[in-house]
Amino acid sequence: MSQEALINLSVIILFLPLLGFVLTLFAGMKFKWAYLIENAIIVIGFLLSVVLLYNKLSYYVETNITAEFSWINFGVIPFFGEIVVKLGIMLDNVAVIMIFTVFLISMVVHLFSIDYMKGDKRYNRYFAYLGIFTFSMSGIVFTHNVLMMYIFWELVGLSSYLLIGFWFEKKSASDAAKKAFIVNRIGDLGMFAGILILFTTYRTFSFQGIFDAVAAGHLPFNSEFWLTVTGLLLFCGAIGKSAQFPLHVWLPDAMEGPTPVSALIHAATMVAAGVYFVVRIFPILSGDALLVIAIIGAISAFIPATIALTQNDIKRVLAYSTVSQLGYMIMALGVGAYVFAFFHLITHAFFKACLFLGSGSVIHSMHHEQDIQNMGGLRKKMPITYITFLVASLALSGIPFTSGFLSKDGILAGTLAFTSLTGNWFFPLIGFSVALLTAFYMFRLIILTFHGNPKNKEKYDHAHESPFLMIMPLVLLSGLSIFLWYTPNPFNADSGWVLSKWVKAPAISVPESARYSFMVEEPKDESIINQVEEVTFSNEYTHAMHSVHVPTMILSALLAGLGILFAFMFYQWKKIDPDKLAAKVKPLYNLSYNKWYFDEFYNTVFVGGVLAFSNFLRWFDNTIIDGIVNGSASVTRGISRLSRKFDDGVVDGLVNSTAYFSGFVGLLFRKFQTGKVQTYIVLVIFSLLILLFLFKSF
Amino acid sequence: MVTVGLYHFLFVSTILFSLGIFAVVTRKNAIMVLMGIELILNSANINFVAFARYGNFGFQGQLMALFVIVLAAAEAAIALAIVLNIYKVFSSVNVDEIDRLKE
Amino acid sequence: MTIYDIVFYLFALVTILSAYLVVTARNIVYSAFSLLFTLFGIAGLYALLGADFVAVVQLIIYVGGILILMIFGVMLTNKITNVQIKTGAWQVLPATVGVGIFGGFLLAVLLNTNWLNLNVTDSPATTFQLGQLLMNEWVLPFELLGIVLLIALLGAASIARK
Repeated sequence: MSQEALINLSVIILFLPLLGFVLTLFAGMKFKWAYLIENAIIVIGFLLSVVLLYNKLSYYVETNITAEFSWINFGVIPFFGEIVVKLGIMLDNVAVIMIFTVFLISMVVHLFSIDYMKGDKRYNRYFAYLGIFTFSMSGIVFTHNVLMMYIFWELVGLSSYLLIGFWFEKKSASDAAKKAFIVNRIGDLGMFAGILILFTTYRTFSFQGIFDAVAAGHLPFNSEFWLTVTGLLLFCGAIGKSAQFPLHVWLPDAMEGPTPVSALIHAATMVAAGVYFVVRIFPILSGDALLVIAIIGAISAFIPATIALTQNDIKRVLAYSTVSQLGYMIMALGVGAYVFAFFHLITHAFFKACLFLGSGSVIHSMHHEQDIQNMGGLRKKMPITYITFLVASLALSGIPFTSGFLSKDGILAGTLAFTSLTGNWFFPLIGFSVALLTAFYMFRLIILTFHGNPKNKEKYDHAHESPFLMIMPLVLLSGLSIFLWYTPNPFNADSGWVLSKWVKAPAISVPESARYSFMVEEPKDESIINQVEEVTFSNEYTHAMHSVHVPTMILSALLAGLGILFAFMFYQWKKIDPDKLAAKVKPLYNLSYNKWYFDEFYNTVFVGGVLAFSNFLRWFDNTIIDGIVNGSASVTRGISRLSRKFDDGVVDGLVNSTAYFSGFVGLLFRKFQTGKVQTYIVLVIFSLLILLFLFKSF
Repeated sequence: MVTVGLYHFLFVSTILFSLGIFAVVTRKNAIMVLMGIELILNSANINFVAFARYGNFGFQGQLMALFVIVLAAAEAAIALAIVLNIYKVFSSVNVDEIDRLKE
Repeated sequence: MTIYDIVFYLFALVTILSAYLVVTARNIVYSAFSLLFTLFGIAGLYALLGADFVAVVQLIIYVGGILILMIFGVMLTNKITNVQIKTGAWQVLPATVGVGIFGGFLLAVLLNTNWLNLNVTDSPATTFQLGQLLMNEWVLPFELLGIVLLIALLGAASIARK
C-alpha cells in the first residue's frame, strides 16, 4: 500500500470509534441491540490496525509517514509573526505498534463487557463511552504535533471521567471521577505551559519541526536551562496522566469504575499515554530533565509497591501495581533505556489487562465481592481464570519465558548500565527491590484468592467459571504474555525483531552539552557492530548495556523467585504469620495500609487550604466589602440628611426671607393707598416739588 | 414800604394759594375742603385781574375773572350736591373717613 | 406812601388774616365767616385794581351765592345739636412742609421772572368794555357758560335729589 493509502487507513481507524460512539449513543436510546454497532466497529477497527501494522512494518519500516493540514491560519500577527496551526498524522513504528495494542485491548474489553455489564441499565451508553475513549486514545497515538496531542489528551481525560463515574449514583464513584479529572488537570497545566513555550519559541507544534529546530541549536529563550524546564513542564502532563508521584492519588480511586474499564483505561492504555508522550518528546529532554524524570519514576515505582503489600481489595492491589509498573517505565526512560521502556509498555498492557479482566471474572462470579479476605480456593471453581491469572502474574513478576521478564529485565539492565556509566546507584536499588516486592504481592494475591480454603462458604458455592466471552479475552491476553511473539530467544530481547528492527532509540536533538555523557554520539566502534545490530546513543552506552545484561538477568530472576517464595511462606505454608509480623512493625504496616497518608495529606493541605481561603474571602467580602458598601451608604445618608437640613434651613430660609421681605416692602408701600384723597394731593405736591427742583432753571 | 406794584398783588395771591392748598390737604370736613378750593380760585382770580391792570392785557383779564367766578359758582353747587350725597351714604362728611378705596 | 398803598396794605392784611383764620379755625361756622371777610377783602383788592364790575360781581355771586350755599351745606351736613360744630385737621406737618416749600418756590419763580411790560392800563368804566368784549369776541364762551350753568343746575338738582 502506498504511503497515502496508509495515511487514509489511519484516518479511518481514528474516526471509526467516534462514529461508533455517535451511533451507539443515539441508537442506544431506542434500540436494545445498539451495542452491537460499537462492538462491530471495534472489531473492524482492530482488523484495520492489523493491516496497518503489517504494511508499515513490512514495507516502510525505516520511514516515518506524516501528513498534515492547516487547521487555523491566523495570518501575520504584529510583533509575533505568522501563526499557522497545523494538525496531522505521523505514522512511525512506535505509533503503529501502539495502535495495534490499543485496538486489541479495546476489542477484548468490548467483548468482555458484553457479558460483564449484562443487565446494567445504561448498557448501550457504556459501549458508546468505550467508543469515544478508543477514538481519543487513537488520536493521542496518531498525532504528529503537541497541540493535537493535548486536545486528545483532554478527550481521554473526559472519557475516563465518564467511565469511572459510570455508576454515578454511588457517591464514591462520582467522587472518584471528579478526583481523576481534577488531578489530571493539575498535570495538564504544566503540560500546557510547556506547549506554549514550545510554540512561542518554534512557531510550530509538530514534533519533527521542534526536533529539527532544537537540533539546529535554537533553544527556548536561548538557554539550556529553559530547555530542561520545558521538558519537565511537558512531563507534568505525563505525571498526571500516568499517575506518577505526586499525582498518583487518583488511580486507586478510579477502581470505582467497572472492571473492564479499569482494564482498558487504567492498566493498558490511558495511563500508558503518559509514557507514550515521554517516548514522543524524548529527543528534546536534556540530561537534567531525564534525571528528574527518572527519580520521579523511581519513587512512583517504590511507594505503591509497598502499599500493595497490605491491600485487601483485588482491584486496589492491581491498581497500585499499575502505578508501580508505570514508574518502572518512566524510570527506564529517565535512565535512557528508551527501547525497553516502550517494550515494557506493550507487554505490561497485555498482562495487566489480563490480570484486570481476570479479577473482573472473579468479581463477577463472586457476585461483586472484591475483598480477597473473603475469597479462597477459587482455582477449583474457576480453572481457566486461575491459569490465565497465574501466567499474567508470572509475567508481571518477571519470571523467565514470559514477555514481562524480557521487558523488565531490559529496564533493570538499563538502570545498571546507568550506574556503571554515571555512578548513580539509586535506580538499580529501587528497581530490584520493587521487583522483589512485585513478585511478593502478586503471589500473595493469587494465594489468598485462588488457593487455600474458601473464607465465605456461601459465595464460594455460587461461584462458577465465567462465560465464553469473558474467558476468551483472558486466554488471548495471557497467550500474548509469552516470550514467543517478541523474540525467538527467551533470554535475550535484542535478538528479537521487536527491538532490533522495529523499535529504535531516536536521534537526540538536545545540544550535546546538555545530554548525559553517554548519549553523545561517536563514530561506530567496529567491535560492537558484530554483536549488536544497532548502536544506541553511543558506543559507550551500547557496551555498558551489553555487559550488564547477564548479571541483571540472573539477579532479577533470583529476586522474583525469592519474592514468590516469601509469598508462599507467608500465606500458603503459613511458616511466618503475616499478622504477627504486621503487629511487630505496626508503624510501617499502618503507613503501607493507609497508602502513606497521601490522600489525608492532600485533603488537609490543598483542599483544606482552598476551603480556608474561600472562607476567609467570604468573611472579607461580607465584613469588609459589605462594610465599605454599607458604610458608604451610611455616609451618603448622613450627607443627604445634612443636605436636607441645609435645604430646609438655608435655601428655604432664603426663599422665605425673600418672600417675607417682599411682603414687608409691600406692606410698607401699601400704606400709600390710604384711600384718602388728601393724602394723594400731598403726594402730588411733593412729586411736583421734586420735578420742579429737578428742572428749575434758576 | 415800596410803592404797590404788580409784585404785591402777586404776593398776596401766592399766600392765598398756599393757604388754599393747605386747607384742601389738611382739613377733615368736606365743606372746609370746598372753602379751600374757593380760596385757590380766588387767588387765581387776583392774578388775572392784576395782570389785566399791570400787564397791558386790556380787559380780557377781568373777563377771565368773571368767567372764573361763574364757573366757581357752578362748581360749588355741584360739589355741595355731592357732599350732601356723601353725607347721606356715609352719615359723616369727614373726608378721611371716606376711604373705601384704601389698599 | 400814598393812600393807595395804605388802602392796599389794609385790604391785603384783612384778606390774608381772614384766609388764615378760614384755614385754621376749629369751628366751621367761624371758618365760613372768615371766608366772608376774605371775600370782602378780595373784592376790595379788585376795586384797587380798577376792576369795579368784577368786584361787585364777586360780592354778589361769591358772598351772596356761594358762601350762603356753603353755609347751607354746613348746616345740612352736621348734626347741629350744639352750635360748636368742631372739626379737626390732620397730616398737618407734611402739608405744612410741602405747601411751605411749594409756596416758597412759587415766590421764587415770581420774583425771578421778567414780567413783561408793566404798563398800567387804567380805565374809567369797565362795565361797558366788558359788555363789548362779551358780545363781540367772547360771545361763544359766554353762551357756553350759560349752558354750563344750565347743566350744573340740572346736575346739582339730580344729585341732591333723594
